[in-house]
Amino acid sequence: MEKELKVAALRNGTVIDHIPADKLYKVVFMLHLDTCENQITIGNNLESAKIGKKGIIKISGKVFAEDETNKIALIAPNAKINIIKDFQVIEKRPLSLPDEIHEIVQCNNPNCITNHQNIPTFFQVIKDENDTMLKCHYCERLIKLEEVKIK
Amino acid sequence: MSNRSLVSISDYNKEEILEILDAAADFEANPNRSTLKGKVIATLFFEPSTRTRLSFETAVLRLGGSVIGFSDAATSSSVKGETLNDTIRMVSCYADAIVMRHPFEGAARYAAEISPVPIINAGDGANQHPSQTLLDLYSILKTQGTLDNLKICVAGDLKYGRTVHSLIMAMSYFHPSFRFIAPEELKLNEEYRIFCLRNNIPFEETTELNENINDADILYMTRVQRERFQDLMEYERVKNVYTLKNSMLENTKPNLRILHPLPRVAEISPDVDKNEKAYYFQQAQNGLYIRQAIISKVLSI
Repeated sequence: MEKELKVAALRNGTVIDHIPADKLYKVVFMLHLDTCENQITIGNNLESAKIGKKGIIKISGKVFAEDETNKIALIAPNAKINIIKDFQVIEKRPLSLPDEIHEIVQCNNPNCITNHQNIPTFFQVIKDENDTMLKCHYCERLIKLEEVKIK
Repeated sequence: MSNRSLVSISDYNKEEILEILDAAADFEANPNRSTLKGKVIATLFFEPSTRTRLSFETAVLRLGGSVIGFSDAATSSSVKGETLNDTIRMVSCYADAIVMRHPFEGAARYAAEISPVPIINAGDGANQHPSQTLLDLYSILKTQGTLDNLKICVAGDLKYGRTVHSLIMAMSYFHPSFRFIAPEELKLNEEYRIFCLRNNIPFEETTELNENINDADILYMTRVQRERFQDLMEYERVKNVYTLKNSMLENTKPNLRILHPLPRVAEISPDVDKNEKAYYFQQAQNGLYIRQAIISKVLSI
């Protein structure tokens, strides 16, 4: 049986699906969609069997670079990225955290120099079998993924 | 950008650490030279630290160099709101190397990225103080004749004490075994416990000093700071438990040496000072040679 589409289908572009509803607008700002000129359809609080309420973003005519979409892994690691061409999914892009994260994360350490002077933040991603953490390049503090603050 | 800067103890690998310790022994044998003649070293202390500043400045002067700088942010242009970026760029026009202490963590790393001359971190908040770590290592080497396979007891504030964290990292090359002695509130943080586990460094944790130091080669004491405690009753209790007294050294090993980064408050009773196992004042003196070695290394002299 055909599923009823709550958000219109996309001819060409990027679909970001299965975003937890409370993270949707963070993703919007992280990808600078608030200032993006393309046609964008945003749906939120849609019912999802998997995560309760989900959000979805469809950006027409734009394919994001992988390091752009990979940032989403910081706040919505289970989101699904589909690249669409002529109404067909031509790429299902798995999310993986980049090795380095510049600027979008704020250091949790109130005594870190980046919280006191105008210095772009920079974190190394430390991947481990059971734990992934960010390490501030400046103050060397480790931050757990669930404690990450997006600027 | 200069990669010769020394910001964190992890900037040096095992060979470089040993190279510094070797050079320090040379400087100890002959501390007065003129290898820095004509060189200007800036000491920028955005936060006061008389001990560390005097040690660095003496190191420069004994090598024939000159010193410029300030000893307190109140007498520097940062009080007028100048950014760290501007201060570093300005001073690097005048000096061949910059020694800096800053209250914020990460300040030295940032300075090293923007400075055309090498930066030596003399303490960035609670983060790193690599010259202290190297002088600790030098003191251990000098008193034990080796850095390998030592039993090291570390007591006091293991949660906030940056000297402890850097010591654990630096010693990890030399197969130590640790005993961490701290009150519940000041236990070693998870990060460094994981570090020990990953590097196969055996360690135990206890909360009492007493006979737990009897098998140690090195007892590294740190200051228990009052401001770390929510409950001042608890502070008073802990303060007494963590005071090392001369009588407690009776059954310790003859080669045991007691280190302390200083200043001490009440952790070591004055009656320990005359015991030959007390090494903290010589340890401070070793800092001079280590800093001569560091300055020479960053300037490739």
